[in-house]
Amino acid sequence: MKKQPVSVKEQDSAIRAKSFEEVVLGFSEENALEEASRCIQCKEPKCISGCPVGINIKGFIKKITEKDYDGAYFTIREKNNFPSICGRVCPAEYQCRRVCVFTKKGEPFASKEAINIHFLERFVGDHGAKKSLQVKADNDAKLSKMKVAVVGSGPAGLCCAGELARRGIKVVIFEGLHKTGGVLRYGIPPFRLPRNILDSEINSLKKLGVEINTNYIVGKAKTIDELFKEGYSAIFLGLGAGIPSFMGIPGENLCNIYSANEFLTRVNLMSAEKFPEYHTPVTIGKHIVVIGGGNTAMDAARVAIRLQNMNGIKPDTTIVYRRTEVEMPARRLEIEHAKEEGVKFDLLVKPEEFVGDEKGFVKKMRASRCKLGEPDASGRRRPEVIPNSSFEVDCDEAVVAIGLGANKILTSVTPELTTDKYGDVTVNPETMATSIKGVFAGGDIVGGEGTVIEAMGMAKRASVAIVDYLLKL
Amino acid sequence: MKVLNKEVLTENQGVRVVKLIILAPDIARKAKAGQFVVLMVKEEGERIPLTIVNTDIVKGTITIIAQEAGFTTKLLARAAEGESLYSIVGPLGHPTEIKKYGKVILVGGGVGIAEIYPVAKAMKQAGNFVTAIIGSRSKELLILERELKEACDELIVMTDDGSYGRKGFVTEALKELLEKSKQDLVYAVGPIPMMKAVSMVTKPFGVHTLVSLNALMVDGTGMCGCCRVSVGGKVKFSCVDGPEFEASEVDWQELQKRNSVYNEKEKHICQLKKL
Repeated sequence: MKKQPVSVKEQDSAIRAKSFEEVVLGFSEENALEEASRCIQCKEPKCISGCPVGINIKGFIKKITEKDYDGAYFTIREKNNFPSICGRVCPAEYQCRRVCVFTKKGEPFASKEAINIHFLERFVGDHGAKKSLQVKADNDAKLSKMKVAVVGSGPAGLCCAGELARRGIKVVIFEGLHKTGGVLRYGIPPFRLPRNILDSEINSLKKLGVEINTNYIVGKAKTIDELFKEGYSAIFLGLGAGIPSFMGIPGENLCNIYSANEFLTRVNLMSAEKFPEYHTPVTIGKHIVVIGGGNTAMDAARVAIRLQNMNGIKPDTTIVYRRTEVEMPARRLEIEHAKEEGVKFDLLVKPEEFVGDEKGFVKKMRASRCKLGEPDASGRRRPEVIPNSSFEVDCDEAVVAIGLGANKILTSVTPELTTDKYGDVTVNPETMATSIKGVFAGGDIVGGEGTVIEAMGMAKRASVAIVDYLLKL
Repeated sequence: MKVLNKEVLTENQGVRVVKLIILAPDIARKAKAGQFVVLMVKEEGERIPLTIVNTDIVKGTITIIAQEAGFTTKLLARAAEGESLYSIVGPLGHPTEIKKYGKVILVGGGVGIAEIYPVAKAMKQAGNFVTAIIGSRSKELLILERELKEACDELIVMTDDGSYGRKGFVTEALKELLEKSKQDLVYAVGPIPMMKAVSMVTKPFGVHTLVSLNALMVDGTGMCGCCRVSVGGKVKFSCVDGPEFEASEVDWQELQKRNSVYNEKEKHICQLKKL
């Protein structure tokens, strides 16, 4: 008889929907021991192959059962420098947990019975952070004389920097914004990834000797050529996805229609929820509509409903998505959390027009109902508009969270950097090497929009290739 | 990011236009006419875009000129010499396309006069015959007259109240020039109604007319879409596709409305913080 999975403690939904405090409280030691004891230590564990950075999951869980938490921490850190981040934001149900032996065959994502690997990772990561456990950098005679520039301090950049610093290489990160973390800070809200956790993981990189320059846009203040001339032996590009996509429907430029990037950046990076103590404003509507079905849409909706609650506005935030819940790319946990917090879901709906008042502010959204047809290129069933099903809803604020295109700020000034038709940087998938010798890339600028852990997986591959490249110089 | 020098250029009914010289060697080395920076005055501040008016590569400085309008420009106007701004990033946006056009007219209104100055210098250097038309509400609000006189072949000054130069709007002088002789480029920066009026005046003459837009921005690197504008029926981002666009194609009404979205909040924070 298999033991039931241990459920994780969470902040009560009524309380948490009024604040930006962390929602998931994580495992106690007792929880972690109990959950770890459910792992049957498969002879040939599939979970490890399901992890984009190849964490020795079986190994670290074993160490937990032995109460050797330091050992568990160092086991994870062999492959991943950011266990506290990944333990919180990894879509584990699509990765390691999906291939866990306890997941029923043919499921699109992990069954509830799959080991809660992400919560265990988080427990171990936080344990390491509390004890300030430090990994040491190698002292390689050749590598320690080398300098590598990393462009972007998001998941890909941080991961690559960490891997290289551990080999003893001098790493300098260039970040365009005034704060580090990329999407981990401007995109993911503090109730999913508390800022102290993010800061402590980035600090652990600084302890490895990584230098970070903020307010610095490579391609504008310095070109790739200039970096090489300054003595950098290799460059990693972790630029991230940039340009937010819009639907291209009438009225989309009315006031108070945001891209998810803008809405989230105003709050997560610029602290607009604390206006006027902080000076960046954000609109808090009475009827907020969020369009999309990914993690970004969930984040935006959950931020929106918090802003309404915190400002004495009767909460009315609705997620509108063209397909059904099953097709939503978001983590199941975020979907559940959004519902618990009072976010409404209006599915199989396609927005067609925003209507504004004479001052140019959005007041209504017109949309049609859809049904699912045959699968499209993405393998998901295509939403088809049902004729004459058009309807109107009150909407004085909308957040468009339907995806991102490539940021061209660097590629447009670097003609020798080959890009594909989407503007993404083309790489050799084995080495992540770009068309320029000594320049590597990873994360969303290569793969289009992906997850934090996928970006880290690419960055890790790139770091291995960069070390090879440096040793051959 | 240190403010090395601050000068109040004009002050009228408590609204000042200030010139700041800021230490930013990497930006100074790269900045070209038409580009801008995004800065924050304080850690709790907002990010605002401002045109780079001048650079000194030797001293590693850039010059910006700002008029007190919203809360952040008021904070900026209060920055003391020796103080450091919390953050500054750039140079952003496409530089102005500088080449020999032939006869170029630059139109600057209010604080927009500052933004035509680097373009005037670069256009003159490229061998153009450069005429600048600058205008303000009254004499005491006029900036950079001497500098532009030096940089251009011809300078026409207009004031709304006739307290200096000619009485009237910049568009009147522009129309006369276009009627008098063929011009190859018109470049205008100023308040939205002024830029719109310029585009109306130049359209019948079919002269290539550029405007540098002042859309609201957050990151300034193409990530957020706050600065989106409709140009020729297509959505463009001012920060990475601009800030300059063909004047006749800009949807002015939309820009004006989008720029007014936080007016109430702006009033609120200014009253609250007594600025």
